[in-house]
Amino acid sequence: MTRKQRRGVLIGLAVGVLSLAAVLVLFAFRESIVFFHTPSDVTEGKVTAGQRFRLGGLVASESVKRGDGAKVSFTVTDTIKSVPVTYEGVLPDLFREGQGVVAEGKLGPDGTFVADSVLAKHDENYMPPEVAKALKEKGVKLGQGAEHPGAKP
Amino acid sequence: MMIELGHFALILALWVAVVQMVVPAMGVRMRDERMMTLAVPAALTQVVLLLVAFMALTQAYVTSDFSVLNVAENSHSTKPLIYKISGVWGNHEGSMLLWVLILALFGAAVAVFGNNLPETLKARVLSVQAAISVAFCLFIVFTSNPFERLDPAPIDGNGLNPILQDPALAFHPPFLYAGYVGFSMAFSFAIAALIEGRMDAAWARWVRPWTLAAWMCLTIGIAMGSWWAYYELGWGGWWFWDPVENASFMPWLSGTALLHTALVMEKRDALKVWTVLLAILTFSLSLMGTFLVRSGVLSSVHAFAVDPARGSFILAIMVLFTGGGLALFAARAGSLRQGGLFAPISREGSLVLNNVLLTVATATVLVGTLNPLAAEALGYKMSVGAPYFNMTFVPLMIPLLLAVPYGPLLAWKRGDIAGASQRLFAAMIIAVAGAVVTLAVASDGPLLGPLGVGLGLWVMAGAVIDPLSRARVGAVASDELVRRLRSLPRSAWGTALAHFGLGLAVVGIAATSGYKSERILVMKPGDRVEIAGYELAFAGAAPGSGPNYTEQVGRFDVMRGGRTVTSLAPAKRLYDAPPMPTTESGIHNSWRGDLYVVLGDPQADGGWTVRLYFHPFVRFIWIGALIMFIGGGVSLLDRRLRVGAPQRAKPRSGAVPAE
Repeated sequence: MTRKQRRGVLIGLAVGVLSLAAVLVLFAFRESIVFFHTPSDVTEGKVTAGQRFRLGGLVASESVKRGDGAKVSFTVTDTIKSVPVTYEGVLPDLFREGQGVVAEGKLGPDGTFVADSVLAKHDENYMPPEVAKALKEKGVKLGQGAEHPGAKP
Repeated sequence: MMIELGHFALILALWVAVVQMVVPAMGVRMRDERMMTLAVPAALTQVVLLLVAFMALTQAYVTSDFSVLNVAENSHSTKPLIYKISGVWGNHEGSMLLWVLILALFGAAVAVFGNNLPETLKARVLSVQAAISVAFCLFIVFTSNPFERLDPAPIDGNGLNPILQDPALAFHPPFLYAGYVGFSMAFSFAIAALIEGRMDAAWARWVRPWTLAAWMCLTIGIAMGSWWAYYELGWGGWWFWDPVENASFMPWLSGTALLHTALVMEKRDALKVWTVLLAILTFSLSLMGTFLVRSGVLSSVHAFAVDPARGSFILAIMVLFTGGGLALFAARAGSLRQGGLFAPISREGSLVLNNVLLTVATATVLVGTLNPLAAEALGYKMSVGAPYFNMTFVPLMIPLLLAVPYGPLLAWKRGDIAGASQRLFAAMIIAVAGAVVTLAVASDGPLLGPLGVGLGLWVMAGAVIDPLSRARVGAVASDELVRRLRSLPRSAWGTALAHFGLGLAVVGIAATSGYKSERILVMKPGDRVEIAGYELAFAGAAPGSGPNYTEQVGRFDVMRGGRTVTSLAPAKRLYDAPPMPTTESGIHNSWRGDLYVVLGDPQADGGWTVRLYFHPFVRFIWIGALIMFIGGGVSLLDRRLRVGAPQRAKPRSGAVPAE
């Protein structure tokens, strides 16, 4: 093999693997991208029933109710609109009323969001950036108190 | 007083770094040897000053000096001593100070051990190293000063986030940072080589041990983080493809590629341009990891409260070094002399395949991690979950794992793939048998289960065959075999060990991903439940307390085949300072895997939500990572790689024995 042919083999290998990866990436993106919506988006009809998405906002106060077994229901609000959520499982440690939350799942036909996961966090001062930004866009003032609910005793 | 001294030492270190950045580089240009050699005392002074700064902060933590803002915000007087010390880097400011300290330590290592480096190369390397140091010292001094005072001082501090009060996590950041920062050495050497326009095998002999050491630290750091997430968070998983996890995984992947291509560069003087590019990219990914974690631009389950202003500073540092490095690469890469020729089927060829697959896999992780940012720029918000990574990353790993056992068995320049296949025949049998047995034992799982187990066994068996076949097993008597095995170079043993660890981790990943069982239910005292052949009886939950927390402890009696095996006590804790609930999982470990119990919330009717998992062979993942770490260490002890080993007068040419 000449130097040129050898280089051809190498380039062919690299291009081959790259195009394989590109196909995989495009295919995977079609299947697994999950959009983020606020309760206002949901009530404005920006999402169709059955589509997977992430719902973010604050857990409305006095909305958390435990049902049969491990079922929990609560309301997610951006202080303008709210969406009822049901979830079956163990809630993260830092899940609390008045705190920011991101839940992932689908919107049921009755307008209830059926979550299959509730995003956990390590730090109670942490607010997922989408939630913080979405609330800001809705004109919700995030003062020190709202941003750090319950941080200081 | 100590705190002001520490602050002063930090600022002084910044100025020393400025001198170290400018003077040696000018010295090279002006051919002034005294200016070049100034780099050595400057590097040593810098490390001493940063050590003083770090010790000052540590002292404030140990003595609980709450007049320091950073200590008041992140420590508490009742905290055990080890977590007072680990609290130094358990927060943003302190962790960045640790970052520059490790950077300076690496720089000082070049200054001390680099006597046999060409004078100009050494001066340039230390100058680039100092430039990184300047950027990060500026960052600390202006945006993240850990020495800020607080007046009046509070009676007690806010405390460290209780989930960080954990032995695995106490040492996770230093290892991770040593890995990230260790790749700065490869970067500095790459930049210096580009400026010099010269690169030879001696260059690779210098870069490889540093890259290897950084890679080892990153390996063990990532493994510790994953192990911690597994047992401490109570989510029952060991890897979530979260942006913060990916941020550490990307430099690991490209660092692994760099490790292998530096081998070609050292032995065969080939793939120079690629090695330099990979060195620049690996450190850029390390900087990006620091940026993603510290800026909080991406929504992450592992994120802590962050300040976006700091993020833009790190982004600027990243753009400066990545952009500068790549621009220099574009301008000067052509000047690097092309090296030795090789056939596609050869040791070099297999390492090229390794590199292509690893870098493309890194790219898919990068695309998935950064895609939410790109989408946000276009005006909508979204996230990319684990399915994306399973669909892109995993298929790329399959050919890589298939190729791993071949690599070490192929000769340099021109390899014999049929001969290698013949030697790997036993490994093929083991792999196929393993896959068939897996399929027979658990036929209901996904196809990836038996495939993964088979691939892992293939890599493990290949790693055993490699040293045996080098010692010509079967052709020599057993005492001769032992003698030959003992005289194999340590780097060969290192390779075999690291590959074996990789195979073991793959088996663990495949088994636990494919055959995990999970149950969520509500249990009342006296209830029984079955999972994966175990029977658990819930005896109820009782309140308890520890030094700085109160808790509800559940009791589960675990039986298997009618015999009591153990009793598990998962708990829900509420820490005092800061007041924060945490989950303590109960884990029973056996050779088959882990039985994992999490106590959820109490119900109105006296029951408790309980989450049960069985993770088959999950510990293989971390044991595998530990073996990879040990393999790296064995290879690092190789005589040829020893830092400061004398250079060979000229690169060996012609027939190179397969080592």
